[in-house]
Amino acid sequence: MTKLITDVVCPFCGTLCDDLEVVVSDDGKELLEVNNACAIGAEKFLHSQAKDRLTRPRMRNEDGSWREVSYDEAAEFTAQMLAKSKKPLMYGWSSTNCESQVVGSHVAELVGGQLDNTATVCHGSTLIAVQDVGVPSCTLGEIKNRADMVVFWGCNPAHAHPRHMSRYSLFPRGFFTAKGHRGRTAVVVDPRPTDSANLADIYLPVEQGRDYELLSALRVAFRNEQLPDVVAGISKEKIYEVAEKMKNARFGCIFFGMGVTHSLSNNHNIDIAIQVTRDLNEFTKWSIMPMRGHYNVTGAGEVWGWQFGFPFCVDLSRGFARYNPGESSSNDLLMREEIDSVFVLGSDPGAHFPFSSVKKMNALPCVVVDPHITPSTVVADLHVPVAFVGVEVGGCAYRMDSVPIESHKVVDAPEGMLTDEEFLKLVLARVKEIKGV
Amino acid sequence: MAEYIIKNGFVVDPTQGINCEKMDVAVKDGKIVDASEVMGAKVIDASGKLVMAGAVDVHSHSAGPKVNVGRNLRPEEKLNCYNPAKGAKRMEAGFSVPTAISSGYIFSRMGYGFAMEAAMPPLYARHTHEEMRDTPIVDEAALPVFGNNWFVMEYLKNNEIENTASYISWLLKVTKGYGIKCVNPGGSEAWGWGMNCLTIDDPVPFFDVTPKQIITGLIEANEYLRLPHSMHLHTNSLGEPGNYQITIDSLKCAEGIKADNDFGREQVLHHTHLQFHSYGGDSYSSKSFESRSKEVMDYFNSTDNLTFDIGQVTLDETTTMTADGPFEYHLSHMNNLKWVNKDVELETCAGVVPFIYNPNSFIGVAQWAIGLELALQCKDMTKCYLTSDAPNAGPLCRYPRVMKWLMSLKSRDEILDACKYGESVRRQCYIGEFDRELTLYELAQMNRQGAARMLGLSNMFGSLKPGMEGDVVVYPLNPESDLDDGEKIEHAFGNAEYFIKKGELIINDSEIISNGSKRTFWVNAGKELTPQVERDVSERFKKYYTVTRNNYEVKEHHYVPNEYMIEVNAA
Ligand code: SF4
Repeated sequence: MTKLITDVVCPFCGTLCDDLEVVVSDDGKELLEVNNACAIGAEKFLHSQAKDRLTRPRMRNEDGSWREVSYDEAAEFTAQMLAKSKKPLMYGWSSTNCESQVVGSHVAELVGGQLDNTATVCHGSTLIAVQDVGVPSCTLGEIKNRADMVVFWGCNPAHAHPRHMSRYSLFPRGFFTAKGHRGRTAVVVDPRPTDSANLADIYLPVEQGRDYELLSALRVAFRNEQLPDVVAGISKEKIYEVAEKMKNARFGCIFFGMGVTHSLSNNHNIDIAIQVTRDLNEFTKWSIMPMRGHYNVTGAGEVWGWQFGFPFCVDLSRGFARYNPGESSSNDLLMREEIDSVFVLGSDPGAHFPFSSVKKMNALPCVVVDPHITPSTVVADLHVPVAFVGVEVGGCAYRMDSVPIESHKVVDAPEGMLTDEEFLKLVLARVKEIKGV
Repeated sequence: MAEYIIKNGFVVDPTQGINCEKMDVAVKDGKIVDASEVMGAKVIDASGKLVMAGAVDVHSHSAGPKVNVGRNLRPEEKLNCYNPAKGAKRMEAGFSVPTAISSGYIFSRMGYGFAMEAAMPPLYARHTHEEMRDTPIVDEAALPVFGNNWFVMEYLKNNEIENTASYISWLLKVTKGYGIKCVNPGGSEAWGWGMNCLTIDDPVPFFDVTPKQIITGLIEANEYLRLPHSMHLHTNSLGEPGNYQITIDSLKCAEGIKADNDFGREQVLHHTHLQFHSYGGDSYSSKSFESRSKEVMDYFNSTDNLTFDIGQVTLDETTTMTADGPFEYHLSHMNNLKWVNKDVELETCAGVVPFIYNPNSFIGVAQWAIGLELALQCKDMTKCYLTSDAPNAGPLCRYPRVMKWLMSLKSRDEILDACKYGESVRRQCYIGEFDRELTLYELAQMNRQGAARMLGLSNMFGSLKPGMEGDVVVYPLNPESDLDDGEKIEHAFGNAEYFIKKGELIINDSEIISNGSKRTFWVNAGKELTPQVERDVSERFKKYYTVTRNNYEVKEHHYVPNEYMIEVNAA
């Protein structure tokens, strides 16, 4: 007999779908089937079933080969490394639960760590823009129930957040939106004609890196002022048309992704996108929302918010929290060689940081906590495999609209494996001993 | 557990009629005991100092989604406002929106043992609980918001009190909430379309129900469930010149309703931050705006089933945050600073805007005056509570300053004499007419006896009677010699020398030495879902929410690890 588990939360992307159904073997050890998830979500679950998975920590020998060590030895090495460092970088935290983030924050506080999460290379610019101008936003259910117009700007949900459009933004029928997608106007702004653009009523192929101009042009159009014939590759007629539609919508939302956060102007793009939204609220109701990537990158920002007051780039080395992106951000710290050890949990900087940063990591004492073998584990001195959060252990995660959802355990982790939280608790206890607190 | 005897302090405890008597207070096994019951207890010498029960905060915002938005929105707040870790004490930061850890320490330094988070969006209950869990020392609870909830509006449209109560009972259970909060009834739903409800008779768009029906219905549902706390209301048109009549209209909704509960609570309606709702005039100009605190208090003093808190403006730069979304939008137009809005599906909305209550402006000082006037006109101080609606009218850490203003005419006059518009404020408000100075006894009636009773917690907090929670605070204030010095009052109430929380020594010799064992309180009203509500809940989760019904419930194990559940039996 197999068992069907319902209401399972997908721990892959910021869409955090919570309606998955998983079939497991009778003994709860094997995960057989995943329903309702998109292809990437399903793969995340099924991946945990790999037979050749690492189940014990491994330490690198002098000659580069690995030897298996116990979790206690791994915690001892990690605690010693962190406690001895002046400025340990503690990076990642986006693919783990808030429980682990809380324990990790405490460790970081005791060792004067540099806490950073993956926002540093994705929506960090959004967080900075919000600090400049605020953000009118809402939960995803507001879009589902009220929105008659949605704009996808510099993002491609069809691939990156595959169920976003069907669950929340384009297709669903809600309380005031009984017609579903037939009652919604969808606009896609992207230099590339993506699969999301194919679904749009209006597609604006903005010139690469010219988002700021196009957003400015919309603000001009809202005020019925004069525009040049073409702005950012889009004709003024088109801009006036879209601006008029936006003003006349009943409820609208702009979703934006890394096409805007990481093109020229960075946070200034988001500043003005938020100003566009603010302008629109003079006429009707509009929201704006970042398409957050990792399933719990938002949670990392929330946890550090209530613990330290800053969502990323938190420098604890002086005994209190400081924040200065550009200075206290991971890559800047690595490039300036201010870091004397690296601890990674819940992300893969080896795959996402510039190669020059990864080289610096390679030269430093480095611990990586990750269920997988990744480009980051390649530069690690100690690799600690752990249970999959959201599959083999539950815990709280924050969706892209900051709604907290509790993920569930659906199968057992391989015998004897620890979770992120358990491993961090070992490290915390040991750090407390070393520091005498 | 260690035993303590606090010797020779000046004790103030209105629940026992004790007014600055020199006596000993003893604590054993987490409770207050008779001084004869402890042997070999650790002695705390309180000679020449003030001893009181731990205080109770009835309304502030220190945990939850909008609070955290405030923190992350304002890195500038932390530049000059931080406090390094020391021993058991962890890092602190922030002024108007301190970190969760810092909030716990601020409450402790002020001698507060219990605090109510005054607005929890149900969908974000998990977040609120995570923050409360990480707030050290002070016991907390949170009030879920109901005044714009789709279920509630649909039931109250048809005056279905039983269904409303059934839904409320269910929601308190799944969110681990404490009672019924209502913010800008109907107006926050209207804000979903960029609109608002300004009076209690403005119908909510598409829902065909009025704020008046919502207020009355929620009061009735509250008494039907016999909850420890009453309905807790933030009325329509907060902050609007001329709004005092809307306030009185709203208060009148409670006429003829009697409190029904086993907790000693007498009010059926608590009106929060009344200061923001007691304005006359038709604009913010110094020619028009005026105080109407007298009219509001005349009504209030003539009733016996109402309580209120003042929502005192502290003349600081702060961060406003409320589930009154349209008000925050409005505010952002007044100062053009950064604006956060967050609408929450089927339930509520929230806004966050930084704000400066400028002592050099007429309006800031007039608001400051109106808050104090309310307390100074109140006849029964167990029905009036000191709050700053923190951080809305002022940061939490300013409570001691408010105490100074309430207790010292000289300190009030200093403000009015120093600021540019002092004379016009004296002219257009009532502040100049009052020479009343609240006593320590009245202060204890407000923030201890009365506050605990209005929350339905008088069997635990607000008193030094044997059997009560072992929450005792020693302030460095000598009632015989220090009361004519406003600065001494302010300093003392913000810097407890000793604080025992639940029998554990938290502050020793003015230093925080423990993170305590905080608890989260919630109310289990025990009413089953009626078939109608069961059907509605299951259908609406399927159709309109973006989380499933099974994933909505906050499970105790992690979010409320140290819970204190209060069980209620509806009649
Ligand atoms: S859209 Fe994202 S959260 Fe939803 S199933 Fe796919 S990967 Fe998982």
